Amino acid sequence: MNFAEYDLGGFFDEMFSQPGHPRPAAWHLAKNMEELPSEELVTRQQAADRALVQAGITFNVYGSGAGVEKTLPFDLVPRIVAASEWERIQKGLEQRIRALNLFIDDLYHDKKIIKDGAVPPEIITSSKGFREQCIGFNPPKGIWCHITGTDLVRHGDGEIYVLEDNLRCPSGVSYVLENRRLMKSLFPEVFAASNVRPVSNYPIRLRDMLEYLAPEGVTTPQVVVLTPGVYNSAYFEHSFLAQQMGVELVEGRDLVVSDGYVWMRTTNGLERVDVIYRRVDDDFLDPEVFNPDSMLGVPGLMEVYKEGRVALANAPGTGVADDKVVYAYVPRIIKYYLGEDIILPNVPTYICAEEKDRSYVLEHLDELVVKAANESGGYGMLIGPHATQAQREEFRLKIIANPRNYIAQPTLALSRVPTVVDGGLAGRHVDLRPYILYGKKIFVLPGGLTRVALKKGSLVVNSSQGGGTKDTWVLADNPVDPEEDNHLIATQTQSQSQVARASS
Amino acid sequence: MLSRVADSIYWMSRYVERAENVARFIDVNLNLMLENPSGLTQQWMPLISITGDDEAFAKRHPEGATQENVIDFLTFDKENPNSIISCLRSARENARSVREIISSEMWLQLNTFYLMVNSAASTQQSFESPNEFFTQVKSHSHLFSGITDSTMTHGEGWNFNRFGRMLERADKTSRILDVKYFILLPNVSDIGTPMDEIQWVAVLRSASAFEMYRKRHGRIAPKRIVDFLLLDPEFPRSIRFCLNTARDALHAISGTPIGTYRKPSEKLLGQICSDLAYANVEDIVNGGLHEYLDNLQSNMNLAGTGIYEQFFARRGIESKRVLKERIH
Repeated sequence: MNFAEYDLGGFFDEMFSQPGHPRPAAWHLAKNMEELPSEELVTRQQAADRALVQAGITFNVYGSGAGVEKTLPFDLVPRIVAASEWERIQKGLEQRIRALNLFIDDLYHDKKIIKDGAVPPEIITSSKGFREQCIGFNPPKGIWCHITGTDLVRHGDGEIYVLEDNLRCPSGVSYVLENRRLMKSLFPEVFAASNVRPVSNYPIRLRDMLEYLAPEGVTTPQVVVLTPGVYNSAYFEHSFLAQQMGVELVEGRDLVVSDGYVWMRTTNGLERVDVIYRRVDDDFLDPEVFNPDSMLGVPGLMEVYKEGRVALANAPGTGVADDKVVYAYVPRIIKYYLGEDIILPNVPTYICAEEKDRSYVLEHLDELVVKAANESGGYGMLIGPHATQAQREEFRLKIIANPRNYIAQPTLALSRVPTVVDGGLAGRHVDLRPYILYGKKIFVLPGGLTRVALKKGSLVVNSSQGGGTKDTWVLADNPVDPEEDNHLIATQTQSQSQVARASS
Repeated sequence: MLSRVADSIYWMSRYVERAENVARFIDVNLNLMLENPSGLTQQWMPLISITGDDEAFAKRHPEGATQENVIDFLTFDKENPNSIISCLRSARENARSVREIISSEMWLQLNTFYLMVNSAASTQQSFESPNEFFTQVKSHSHLFSGITDSTMTHGEGWNFNRFGRMLERADKTSRILDVKYFILLPNVSDIGTPMDEIQWVAVLRSASAFEMYRKRHGRIAPKRIVDFLLLDPEFPRSIRFCLNTARDALHAISGTPIGTYRKPSEKLLGQICSDLAYANVEDIVNGGLHEYLDNLQSNMNLAGTGIYEQFFARRGIESKRVLKERIH
């Protein structure tokens, strides 16, 4: 493998500072890959693809027929994050989550931030994620956003920006763990040399956090993962997390509310449930309170929740902060609650609801990325420079009709990572989604999901739109403490073997 | 354990066992054909009778049974719910819905198994080298049950798995015996001829029982074969062995001591097992083997239904029995 021909294309490259010159953190990897014959790279890539199919690590694609499973393309070359850079990312994420949690709590109580004029009142009245049913509610331990996946990007200026907050049911962490398992088997030699921080203890951290939420007096809480079912696009992840945590995976039909508690139907009758990690959207949680047509939820669940007899993670109503308009105000939100300046900056954002911003956006549609406030998965989005005139015109009309629903950002020159393409390496754009758990303390998983736009020049990294994933290596300054990794090391030698029969 | 989960595990193992048995039937029949291709041209239809799908087959293939269409119907026909490919699809769908309960190794093996059969379906491998394909199906199934036994905690889920597998196996052995006995015995003139012996050896091979039978009984004799496949207490595919194991699994799940019962299914299974323990092959054959097996099969079906009502059915809140009170 020869990196001299690898073209940086004028973008920030995560692995190389200049053609043929790896960044210090990527030195071991580059050296190891250089020694590999290029056929070997292809062989290992094929081994990875095969392993994914065999393990059935798949997601369901909506709209392509029921039960169609696809594997999420996995690319061999990891994204590497240096220790010092990660330290800043971690601090920035902790700050952001702490402030957003205070913000959500405030919105459902005194609304001080609005009374003080730091954010406009429309932020609530026009948000799809605001749930009137949650006004005045105090979630267990005062935490609303227990699990967050925050999307980060690096722009051409080398700076890391926050692109999006995902506070409802962020998915993808199972791929972080599975990608790591694959990489360890494919590049064991580089792992040992590079001081990569482990991610394998995430399920234990998640379980600890969920148990922390259990109602008062419950000593051994029963935790469950609630899934919409086997045809949900993220079903693999639901099942994977339940398995890795060692808790039950339930569907709405497995749960029942009775005598003021939530129970699950078992072969031995009903068993009480104390904490529900729900991967079902607010609207479908409880047909008595939210969408009455929901078949996925549990009638009466919210009543038990409000009585404090079951905990839900994330808390219903958290989605109010998972809104692209709220996003634009996060720097002000951090300042208001914490009195601090934002550590990880937002991408500059134009709020179409504000007249000055709107007219700028409408005049510069060919330069900007326009996003609908409440969409995710890369849907409802216009990438101005890559769009046709007709598409831009469509968005112009949409923005004028409903300005509150749109924001716009400059088109970013997302950084790139070498990616296996047609047997060789080519730069492809990436983003990064770290995962944050808010329990007794805030825990940022040292790693995350690096999503890569596999199409040449594409900036859309979503799995539903032709994206793939990479392993993310967060490096430690010093050799990784084996205690941090929860893999057991076998020390015992084999003490027994068959004793040769004495011949007589 | 969730009722839905128990239900899925039970069916997962039944479907894998069913696929294995179908593969064995076909494989043995193919070998039989090789040994005497001329006299046995119409010997494919009994395979359909063994799985009990005569009606569905007649609809799909009104032209009658041939080697090709029977193999295709039993192996790759996605419309036939009991074909190998359909069994594996159902087993895998069930496994997928309980992936967090079974071990990763079990899932990996079942998924690999499914992918193997799928790829064979598209390459027509089973027609070019049928023996190799059906041997693969059998060993994948053996691997799955071995992995299950050595990687899954031998608790409730494992017992539901064992219960399903044993009930399915007992059912299939009884069907082999029933169909083959019916076909083979009426030809009185054939008794004791080399042809007769070949046929009975094939019956034994269909249940992977030939070598073990030889060790136990030596000479080929129809009554002894019936005795072995129906009443042997130690051969793992004999009906008695399967039902004893199923009974043990059921009692391990419910906690009821063996020899006593609390639920109708426990009572029924206990009665069947006792009957088999004291049965005598002479009496059974004299009273009519077909009638005996027919009765046995309907009792096994009743036991299956009983399990459904006892463990899987989604009962209302009225019948709630709260076992654990974890508030202190």
